[in-house]
Amino acid sequence: MRETKYWTWHMSAGVVILFLLGLHMLIMHVGGLTHLFAPHSGEAISKENSLFRDGRMFFTVTYILLLGVALYHGLYGLRTILFELTLKPAVEKAVTFVLLVVGLGLFGLGTWAAITTHAIAIAGGRG
Amino acid sequence: MTMPENSKATREIVFHVTRYNPESDRAPYVKTYKIPVREGMTVLDGLHYIKDNVDPTLAWRYSCRMGVCGSCGMLLNGRATLACNTQILHIADTDLTVGPLPNFEIIRDLVPDLMTMFEKHRSVKPYIVRADEAESNKPEGEFYQSPAELEAYLQFAYCIKCGCCMAACPTLATDARYLGPMPLAAAERYDKDTRDEGRRDRNQRTGASHGAFRCHYAGECSRACPKGVDPAKAIQYLKRQLVLDYLHLARRKKPCQKMHGTGQGKPLPNIPTAPAKTV
Repeated sequence: MRETKYWTWHMSAGVVILFLLGLHMLIMHVGGLTHLFAPHSGEAISKENSLFRDGRMFFTVTYILLLGVALYHGLYGLRTILFELTLKPAVEKAVTFVLLVVGLGLFGLGTWAAITTHAIAIAGGRG
Repeated sequence: MTMPENSKATREIVFHVTRYNPESDRAPYVKTYKIPVREGMTVLDGLHYIKDNVDPTLAWRYSCRMGVCGSCGMLLNGRATLACNTQILHIADTDLTVGPLPNFEIIRDLVPDLMTMFEKHRSVKPYIVRADEAESNKPEGEFYQSPAELEAYLQFAYCIKCGCCMAACPTLATDARYLGPMPLAAAERYDKDTRDEGRRDRNQRTGASHGAFRCHYAGECSRACPKGVDPAKAIQYLKRQLVLDYLHLARRKKPCQKMHGTGQGKPLPNIPTAPAKTV
C-alpha cells in the first residue's frame, strides 16, 4: 500500500501544481496589464514588482509550496521511470533513498532562498 | 491435416514462423513455409497443415479450437491474438508472421511459458474471499446478487487467461515484475463482486510496488483482448479504489448476504429442476 500513498500524493501534487501554475501565468502574463500583484509600472517580472511579491508572506509560502510539490511530483515521476528498468529490489531502495535525499536537499536550498529573498524584500521596503 | 478435396485452395500464403528449441538452438530464428489457404481457414488450421504435411517438429499449444480455452495465443503479424479465432485471409495477403507471445519465456517454438502470469494471477487471490471462513469452506446457502451487481464485474469475468494482454503490455515489456493486465483485471473482477470481502487483502498486492500504479494506460491490453475484456479500464477502476481506500473515502458496504438454506432464490420460470445428486 506504500505505493498507493506515494501515487495519491503524486496526483495531489499535480493538482496543486496546476493551480499554482495557473496563478503564475496569471501574474506573469496578465498581471503586467492588470497590475494584479504587480503594482509598479513595467512588466510583472521587473525588480520592483518582484520585490513587492517577495515581501508578501502569501507569495513566500506559495513559492515554498510550489517548490515542494514540483520536486515531489517530478522526482516521483523520475523514480517511476527508473523502476521500469527492472532494477533489483535493493537498487530500487537505493534509488528511493537517493531521490529522497536529493529532493530534501533541493527543497531546503529553495526554502532558504525564498525566506532570504522575503527578508531582503522586507528590509528593502523599510530602507 | 490435409486439405479437403472439395475445398478449393484459393491462395498460397507464406508463413514466417518463429522456431526455437532451447535444447539445440542458441536463439529463436524464423522458418518459412508456403501453404495453400482456402477461405475460412484459421491460423490454427494453417499450423496444423504445416505439422501434418511439411514439418512435424513444429510445436504450439492449443485445445478447444473455438476461442474459449485461451491456449493458442500467439503473435500474428505483430499482434497478440488467438490462432483459432483468426482467419488467415483476414490478416494476410501473401505473408503471415507467426511468433510466440512476447513478454514470456519460450518453452519451444510457439509455446510460451505462462507460469509467471499464473503465479501473479494467484497472488491477487482471484476467488471470492469471505470473512466467515466456515461458510467459505462449507457453503450452506446461496448469496443474493442483483443483475445490476453482476453487471458491474461481468465483462471482467469473460477473461480466458490467454495472455494476449500480457504480451501486448508495453510496461510489462520493460518491467518483468509488473503484475500485468490479466491479474489486475482479475483482482478488479473480484473486488467488484458483492459476494466478496477480500478487497483489503488484494489491495496489499495490487497497491504495492509493481502493482496497478505501474500502468501507463497505453490501452494495448484492451485492444489485444480477443474476448472484448477491457483490462485497461479495470486497472483505472482499481487505481481509483486504491486511492479511495487509502484516503478512507470508500463507501463501506456490507457484502451481500446469503439466503437461508439452499434453493431459496426465486428460479426463473420454465427452468427444469436439477437432477438429483449422484455423488
